[in-house]
Amino acid sequence: MTAALIIEQLLNGLQLGVMLFLIAAGLTLIFGVMGFINLAHGSLYMIGAFACAAIAAATGSFWIGLAASLVAAAAAGALMEVAIVRRLYERDHLDQVLATFALILILSEGTRWLFGSFPLYLDIPPLLQGAVPLPGGGQYQLYRLAIIGVGILVAIGLYLLISRTRLGMRIRAGETDREMIAALGVDIRTLYTVVFALGAALAGLAGAMVGALQSVQVGMGEPALILAFVVIVIGGIGSIKGALVGAILVGVVDTMGRFLLPKLVALALPASQATMVGAALASMLIYVVMALILAFRPRGLFAGQG
Amino acid sequence: MSLLSLKGVESFYGASQALFGVDLSVEDGEVVALMGRNGMGKTTTISSILGMVKPRGGSINFAGKEIVGQQPHRIAQQGIGLVPEGRRCFPNLTVEENLLVAARGSDWTLARVTELFPRLGERLGQYANTLSGGEQQMLAIGRALMTNPRLLILDEATEGLAPVIRQDIWAALRKLKAAGQSILVVDKTLSELLPVADRCFVLEKGVTVFEGKPDALTAELQDRYLGV
Repeated sequence: MTAALIIEQLLNGLQLGVMLFLIAAGLTLIFGVMGFINLAHGSLYMIGAFACAAIAAATGSFWIGLAASLVAAAAAGALMEVAIVRRLYERDHLDQVLATFALILILSEGTRWLFGSFPLYLDIPPLLQGAVPLPGGGQYQLYRLAIIGVGILVAIGLYLLISRTRLGMRIRAGETDREMIAALGVDIRTLYTVVFALGAALAGLAGAMVGALQSVQVGMGEPALILAFVVIVIGGIGSIKGALVGAILVGVVDTMGRFLLPKLVALALPASQATMVGAALASMLIYVVMALILAFRPRGLFAGQG
Repeated sequence: MSLLSLKGVESFYGASQALFGVDLSVEDGEVVALMGRNGMGKTTTISSILGMVKPRGGSINFAGKEIVGQQPHRIAQQGIGLVPEGRRCFPNLTVEENLLVAARGSDWTLARVTELFPRLGERLGQYANTLSGGEQQMLAIGRALMTNPRLLILDEATEGLAPVIRQDIWAALRKLKAAGQSILVVDKTLSELLPVADRCFVLEKGVTVFEGKPDALTAELQDRYLGV
């Protein structure tokens, strides 16, 4: 086991974490500001991936596809908010979960109807093909590094948006007292639509970027959604900072667990069993981490810190 | 025409009726006191003006327009600045952010608000939940002023504050009045409220039972409508 291999796995974990952050940021923002549980958030991720793959195939340009994924996911999010979600804010969480679960089914079937059951494939753009050398030997895919870079830029951008702009102030004010912010003359309904579209666009961006690494297919959103929920529960619901820390933690722990646990178990068990036991333990690992964190910080790492 | 006029306003909380016919008016540049014992409908009247409670009867006219049925933010945008009961500053925003979050218009600026309340100027970067009660009250007033309202509405602005701080708040309100600001104010301390007010309205069981100058509110009337 070389240093280069460990660095590679750490970067893989970071890259997974960044993808999870893009999905979880919108989810936690929507829950924090509107108190709304959106199970269909994973569908927005899928819509982003399909929009990017379809437009990239039609135009031959990944970058036009990427722009299309942002537009398509934001538009789908805004439409979802105005047509359906808006009617559910005052209802309890069970109604919200039922309605957005129905949305998952509708959007999945709709996508299958449009694009068929076969997965679409998206090529890595020429600009980002190739690899860069790692310290200690070995190589790392440039595209994955670019994803990490985009994630860092989005995190900085969101931080500035939330902490430095009027929109960010209104989002934070809305988290604590919606009625008061409306009584001061702020149109809370438009604010909600903007927040929803912003969260959707981030999920769409994640879907588009991941589309060049995995196949783009119906149902790709739900596994990501479950991990994103783990992320926001660990980070503290409503906190962007929590989503970032939680996402990196989940990404790195999950990736390193899958890499190291089978090797660790092999020290105690015969090789034939070690792989199986190690893999089983690895897939449980993030949930164990979540349980441990919740045992000490029941509301997550950064609960109530915006 | 009055800046604000309520005629026969009836409002409900769920199934139970809270207002049975409230009449009220505020002229431009006037300070009007809205009085009554606890539970007589003062806060409900304010919530009805701002559309947070939707009146089912009567009319509310602001600056020549009927505002019953409009969304709260639309009503506020037409020029009503609310300083709510309990202050309701945004605890996770700094003093400066609380002032800027809903700021509109150009007359009232950060500089003017901190001139009126120097204590806020010293604490611009502090989070609102680290302020004392009096400072939070000043912040709530400053936040409403930053929306450049034609009418400022204060609900129990001195409740629970130390006497020295109350004097600061009343001094600020007198300055606002001198500058021509129209104000509707709810307060329980008559000795402090009546000297500032141009006119008074008294509510009893959701109905306006008295309207007139402060000196027309005799000790007998005070005892009948406002005594404990």
